[in-house]
Amino acid sequence: MARKRSLLIPGVDKRLLIKDAMKAMPDLTRRRFITTGASLSALTLLTGCDVLDSDSAEQMLAQVSKFNDAVQSWIFNPNTLAPTYPESAITKPFPFNAYYDLDDAPEIDGKDWKLEVRGLVENKKSWTLDELYKLPQVKQITRLICVEGWSVIGSWTGTPLRDFLKLIGADTRAKYVWFQCADKDGYNSPLDMETALHPQTQMAFKFADEILPRAYGYPMRIRVPTKLGFKNPKYVVSMEVTNDYKGGYWEDQGYNSFSGS
Amino acid sequence: MATLAATEDHAIKGPAKAIQPTWVRIMHWINAVAIILMITSGWQIYNASPLFGFTFSRSITLGGWLAGGLLWHFAAMWLLMINGLAYLVTGFATRRFRKKLLPISPKGVLADLKAALTFRLGHDDLSTYNHVQRLLYAGIIVVGIVIVLSGLSIWKPVQLQYLTALFGGYDVARYVHFVCMSLICLFLIVHVVLAILVPKSLRAMIIGR
Repeated sequence: MARKRSLLIPGVDKRLLIKDAMKAMPDLTRRRFITTGASLSALTLLTGCDVLDSDSAEQMLAQVSKFNDAVQSWIFNPNTLAPTYPESAITKPFPFNAYYDLDDAPEIDGKDWKLEVRGLVENKKSWTLDELYKLPQVKQITRLICVEGWSVIGSWTGTPLRDFLKLIGADTRAKYVWFQCADKDGYNSPLDMETALHPQTQMAFKFADEILPRAYGYPMRIRVPTKLGFKNPKYVVSMEVTNDYKGGYWEDQGYNSFSGS
Repeated sequence: MATLAATEDHAIKGPAKAIQPTWVRIMHWINAVAIILMITSGWQIYNASPLFGFTFSRSITLGGWLAGGLLWHFAAMWLLMINGLAYLVTGFATRRFRKKLLPISPKGVLADLKAALTFRLGHDDLSTYNHVQRLLYAGIIVVGIVIVLSGLSIWKPVQLQYLTALFGGYDVARYVHFVCMSLICLFLIVHVVLAILVPKSLRAMIIGR
């Protein structure tokens, strides 16, 4: 207000004064306005056609995604449990979801199937389904969130992965547990060790109290309630404890690797 | 004669103080870039699992496909959040929010809205916001805060589960996030149209005067 008053001069028309002042304004300011405007539109042109699609933008985004892995690992609290739900909350019908049709889902004979164990573990023996079924199991009703945005609630029963890792003498100081699957084109996915040791991360053998059907990953799915759905591999055939980042089916195509919830 | 004298008098005084201080202008344009990146990449993500019976045209979505949209969204979020946080802190610290956005009265809003719709609202003094502007600018700050919080609760529904619960759960938080985006788009339309109708306000946001 004080500023405004000091501009008022007795006997001078306020509006005429401003008009005059505008006229007296050096051309430079007008020119600056135009050049700034021009460079702004140049920026949008650039971002529209050049920057956004170029390799450098892709590299930048990949770097930020790696940074986001680190941030999420830092946010991840190993003691924070994913919310659990009552039986009545289970989504019915529970969807089949994959990058192929149900007809193309792996058909696995449980009698022939074996879980291969590799990498930084003391006992590398393979496990039959009967052997795995004898391990203690827990049931969890949790929300599965897809990277696409939708979510469903399901009931999975299985052995906590951390118990199994202990059983096989895995080096839990290693960085990843890497899973390979029987899906066509060879699905695989790395799981960071902290998440692998989370109490709710499990080797699921049952869905809704029934042996896991083909649609949901028979004979074994890794269920990780603290990760997006694509970090929950189905039709698992092997696990490898490793310090190497071996990539994953979707991770290699650009989905953020940590993808924690 | 009187006007001529006034011109000379004014010239001696030197350049007037900026209508929009430098920090406001810098943060405004960083925010403009961030919000455009967030909205267009957000549309890409929406298309992967639409909440309503429509999708956004590929020509206005960023990232090419879902993974690209997510990469952009989770990169631009840093720009939006850091800049937004700096804006809030500076806005409160310099008392700009209190000076510029308060008071807002329903009576003032109605009066200014009526004046605006009949094209009788004055824009001579750009340094003072009318009540409609105050309401919209204060409102969009609140929407900005809610869209970030609902976004965080969609991103981290386990680690930030209390925040997610506050929004009514994961699925509801997605709708909240979408509604906030829609409000920002509506604001942007009004904001840009008015900036074009009063070009000197746009100039003030670029060069300060």
